[in-house]
Amino acid sequence: MDYIPNILFAIILILGIGYFTKNIKKLVRNIKLGREVNASDQKGERWKNMARIALGQSKMVRRPIAGFLHVVVYIGFIIINIEVLEIIIDGLFGTHRIGLDFLPVSVYGFFIGAFEILAVLVLVAVVVFWLRRNVIKLKRFLSSEMKGWPKNDGNIILYFEVVLMCLFLVMNATDTSFQELGHGNVVSQFISPWFSDNTDTLHFIERTAWWLHIVGILIFLNYLYFSKHLHILLAFPNTYYGSVEPKGKFNNLEAVTTEVKLMMDPNADPFAAAPEGTEDEEPAKFGASDVMDLNQIQLLNAYTCTECGRCTSACPANLTGKKLSPRKIMMDTRDRLEEIGKNIDANKGEFKDDGKQLLGDYITNEELWACTTCNACVEECPVSINPLSIILDMRRYLVMEQSAAPMELNNMMTNIENNGAPWPYNQMDRLNWKDE
Amino acid sequence: MSEQLKVPTMAEYMAEGKQPEILFWVGSAGSYDDRAKKITKAFVKILNKANVDFAVLGTEESNTGDVAKRAGNEFLFQMQAMMNIEVLNAYDIKRIVTCDPHSFNCLKNEYPNLGGQYNVVHHTQYIKELLDSGRLSLEGNTYKGKRITFHDPCYLGRANSEYDAPRDILQKTNAKLVEMKRHKGTALCCGAGGAQMFKEPEKGDMDINILRTKDALETKPDIIATGCPYCNTMMSDGVKFNEKEDSIQVLDVAELISES
Repeated sequence: MDYIPNILFAIILILGIGYFTKNIKKLVRNIKLGREVNASDQKGERWKNMARIALGQSKMVRRPIAGFLHVVVYIGFIIINIEVLEIIIDGLFGTHRIGLDFLPVSVYGFFIGAFEILAVLVLVAVVVFWLRRNVIKLKRFLSSEMKGWPKNDGNIILYFEVVLMCLFLVMNATDTSFQELGHGNVVSQFISPWFSDNTDTLHFIERTAWWLHIVGILIFLNYLYFSKHLHILLAFPNTYYGSVEPKGKFNNLEAVTTEVKLMMDPNADPFAAAPEGTEDEEPAKFGASDVMDLNQIQLLNAYTCTECGRCTSACPANLTGKKLSPRKIMMDTRDRLEEIGKNIDANKGEFKDDGKQLLGDYITNEELWACTTCNACVEECPVSINPLSIILDMRRYLVMEQSAAPMELNNMMTNIENNGAPWPYNQMDRLNWKDE
Repeated sequence: MSEQLKVPTMAEYMAEGKQPEILFWVGSAGSYDDRAKKITKAFVKILNKANVDFAVLGTEESNTGDVAKRAGNEFLFQMQAMMNIEVLNAYDIKRIVTCDPHSFNCLKNEYPNLGGQYNVVHHTQYIKELLDSGRLSLEGNTYKGKRITFHDPCYLGRANSEYDAPRDILQKTNAKLVEMKRHKGTALCCGAGGAQMFKEPEKGDMDINILRTKDALETKPDIIATGCPYCNTMMSDGVKFNEKEDSIQVLDVAELISES
């Protein structure tokens, strides 16, 4: 009978991790719906970016208040999770604070003491975060795309963290043997007197807090997939796959290069049959009207977005009241991808056309045409997301597949085609300035 | 203009069997836009003064295709790029300088994988080179003590991480450089990029150039300096909107240096 808690613990652990794994597999499958993209170059640079931007939080601290608070929560999160390792071992083997068997009391106390201090700091940071979202009402948390679920999601995460930190401190405070140890209870010694002196009651509270803590962590882990909070995992691959080129460099479409070369080759036969083996290939679609037309890095970007809105708060179009919000571009991409994922699940692994697409049903032409391609959103993103590349791919679809550019732009492009300048001037007058 | 500018073309160089040190890519704005032509001439004046052996393509130059690419017309961009690359490669061009950050970005980053590999520099970088090597020197009296604020063009700054060259050379005019609250990486766009120059803005509550000019006016400048013909137009319009055109000039870095 003594083994029942251990078995129960193992079952909960397997269920928690199992369901999470299932969802991660789904996420990978969804990302793979995108076009393949080669990112095997500059590995050194990529690892460096990941270490600097994701691990080192280098871009977070550009906004000092939010950045500092985030670093506190981030360090707290990573370090306090070392404690989870002990909890798992204790849970599986029925031990109690197994760390004490391996480490000298003073070292063990140092670790737990550090965790306790961090837990308090995290609590403070989380409270400030909550105030910023709900009382101070920072502009970037009030945009139209932040109504409903995105707003609740942000708060739920904060409540989760408060509960987990409190459980951790209560668990330590009511652990009589740990308190008697006199090492590492830097914070919990002050909480301890709040509880009764009855050893049985204390033990019961300690066990309850212990169980709720680990169950809470597993629930939180599984909440990630349904939340913007996925960034705590995806920030790492995302910064690795983020662009290592100058921000101004936009990709050249290869399918276009092939056609343009053919058009410019004086020896090409316009009526020639397609080369062997290419007859059945579908003609390439230019640009993107739905998420499958985007590449896998762009889709990873969408899942990584934590909706902080730094991009939108720096976007010149958004700052001057236009509809474009780079954050909304990322949220729309993710929501559409999730919708397609659910469609595939519901139809036994096959996507059934639902008559919807990213362009029009989620992102409007008006938003796309408001972009100045200034890269402010790309520069701002703390986890290397590139909303601009999605905007450009969708403009490409509008122009090359639908000829749906605003009229003034069509005039400009006709001018370039006819006289090599965006204005209706004669190419032969190009050097006239010299003598004027 | 009182003094005659020397503007040799590549065709002339070719005829003499010579190769210039550098090709000056004038760009569409620099060739046709009345305000931008002044920038082009100011830069030529600098090149002449420093005895730079340069040439232009003249009527053989065509639009880089940059603006078409950013509007989404990849076809037109690549057509333009390949035509230009044919000309540039036929002349065996190795190095290019341009006053337009959009041409600079496009030639430097987007031409290489279509077969056009050149060493491309922005005119602020090239002027810095001329000053550093001593080929060009400034008296430094014209703008002494004037308050100048530099507006970072997106395609020079964020797009290609060049923030220092324009500031370094402006320092040499002995002017007092003042920064806007949003500058370098966080600089606000002037509103012209991404083909916006050629269309009406979408509905909003303000034009972007008005907001950016507000940033500039907060520094109480005598001069707003730019390094891009499109930024120049947008900022000039913003200054006019605020009815400050009598007290505040909008000048390109090349114009400031050519008068220093």
